[in-house]
Amino acid sequence: MDIKSEPSSRSSGEPAQTTEDRRWRLVNRTMRMHGNEPHALIETLHSVQEHFGFLDLDALKYVAGALRVPLSRVYAVATFYHYFTLKPPGEHTCVVCKGTACYIGGASSILDSIQQEVGIGPGETTSDGQISLLTARCLGSCGLAPATVFDGQICGRMTSAAVLERIRRWTNHDTGD
Amino acid sequence: MTTPSYTPDPTPYVRRDVNPVRILTFTIDGRDVSAREDETILSVARQNGIFIPTLCHLDGLSERGACRLCIVEVKGAPKLLPSCVTLPRQDMEVTTNSDRVADYRRKILELMYSERNHVCSVCVSNGHCELQNLSVVLGMTHVRYDYIYPKHAIDASHERFSVDHNRCVLCQRCVRVCDEIEGAHTWDVMGRGITSRVITDLNQPWGSSETCTGCGKCVQVCPTGALSEKGKSVAEMIKRRQFLPYLQMMRREGRRAVAEGIR
Repeated sequence: MDIKSEPSSRSSGEPAQTTEDRRWRLVNRTMRMHGNEPHALIETLHSVQEHFGFLDLDALKYVAGALRVPLSRVYAVATFYHYFTLKPPGEHTCVVCKGTACYIGGASSILDSIQQEVGIGPGETTSDGQISLLTARCLGSCGLAPATVFDGQICGRMTSAAVLERIRRWTNHDTGD
Repeated sequence: MTTPSYTPDPTPYVRRDVNPVRILTFTIDGRDVSAREDETILSVARQNGIFIPTLCHLDGLSERGACRLCIVEVKGAPKLLPSCVTLPRQDMEVTTNSDRVADYRRKILELMYSERNHVCSVCVSNGHCELQNLSVVLGMTHVRYDYIYPKHAIDASHERFSVDHNRCVLCQRCVRVCDEIEGAHTWDVMGRGITSRVITDLNQPWGSSETCTGCGKCVQVCPTGALSEKGKSVAEMIKRRQFLPYLQMMRREGRRAVAEGIR
C-alpha cells in the first residue's frame, strides 16, 4: 500500500516529505482518515504541529497540495489560530494564559515582566533559541488564575516574581530536566 | 366499517416550479415593499431606490458582512443588523437612516481611517475611492479616535499591479473575486483582529505567487487604492468593473448546466 497520499497536480514543488520520516507518515494518516478532503485542513495542521512542533512553509505547501486547498487559505488558517506556530519553538516554552480570569489576575503584568527580563513578546523566541513565549486564550484552568505553562507543566496562581524565577532557572541551565 | 384516520403528510409536496419562492411584504422607512423570501434587505432596498451605504458588498460577489456599513434598525431587534446578510420577514419594520444608524456608520468609517494610513492626497484612488465617497456622503468630518499609524509595506513585486496595505479596509472583495469568479484563490486574509492582512499565497510577494493568473480582477473590484495598476499616479486609478455582471451570469449558467446534466 502506498503510504504517501496522492499529491495533486498543483503540488509540483513538493518537498521530499514522503515515506521515510515517521512523522510524515502520521500526518498522511490523518489526511487519509479524513479521505484527503479539503475540510481535513485544521485536523491535518494539528497533526503537523503536534509532530514537528511548528508549521514550516514546505509543510504548508505539502498539506495544501495533498488536500487541494488554496495556499493562501492554508496560510490564513495557520495564522488565525494561536495553537499553530510558523516558527520553530525554543528549547523551553512558556505559555501565559490570557483568558478572562487570568487577565484580571494580572497576566499582562506577567507578560510585561517577561518582556523586560528576556526581551521577547508573545509569539517570539529569544535569539539564542532558548525560550519561546506564547499566550493562550484560555487554558480552562481559571481556578488557578493567573496560570502559566512551563514546558507543558501547568502552574497556577503565578506572580511576576515566580514566573521570572522559573525563567531564570532555564537561562541558568540548572533545570536538570 | 372504520373510517381511516387522516394523518397529514409531514412533508407536503410543494410545487416549486409553479411558486418557486414565497413573496412577503414588509416596510423600509415606512414604505411598503415586497420581496422574495431569499432576497436580502439590502437588495430589496436598492430595487426600491432606498440608499443604504455599503463597502464590502459588490453585485456579483457573495456577501461577507465585513464592513458593517449597511447596518439597519429592525423594530423589535435590540441590535443593528447588517442588511446585506439579513433576510426580510413578513411585516418587518426596517429603518435605514435613523440617527442611531447614522452615528454608528460614521463611527465605523472613523475606525477604518484610524486603523490604517488612508492619506487621500497622495493616493492613486483619490477622487475615485469608495471609502472617500462614503465619508462625504455620510458626513464624516473628522476622526474621534487615535490613529494607529501602523507600518505597512507596499508590495510592488507583481509585473503589472501593486498592493498597498496602508489603504486596505479588509473588505475581502479581492479574496472573493479571486475565489468565486477567477477561481484561483490567490488572496486570503491572514492573522486575526487588528493584525489581519490580505496575503497572496503563503504570504509571499505577489510577483512570486504561483497561483495568480494576473487577471487583475482583484485590482478592479478593490474599493480603495489598496490594489492598483502600476504606472498610475495620484488620483489616476479608475476602477473598471463592467466585467463582473456578465462573468457572474456565465458562472451561474455554467453551474446550472452542470446540475441539470447530472440530473
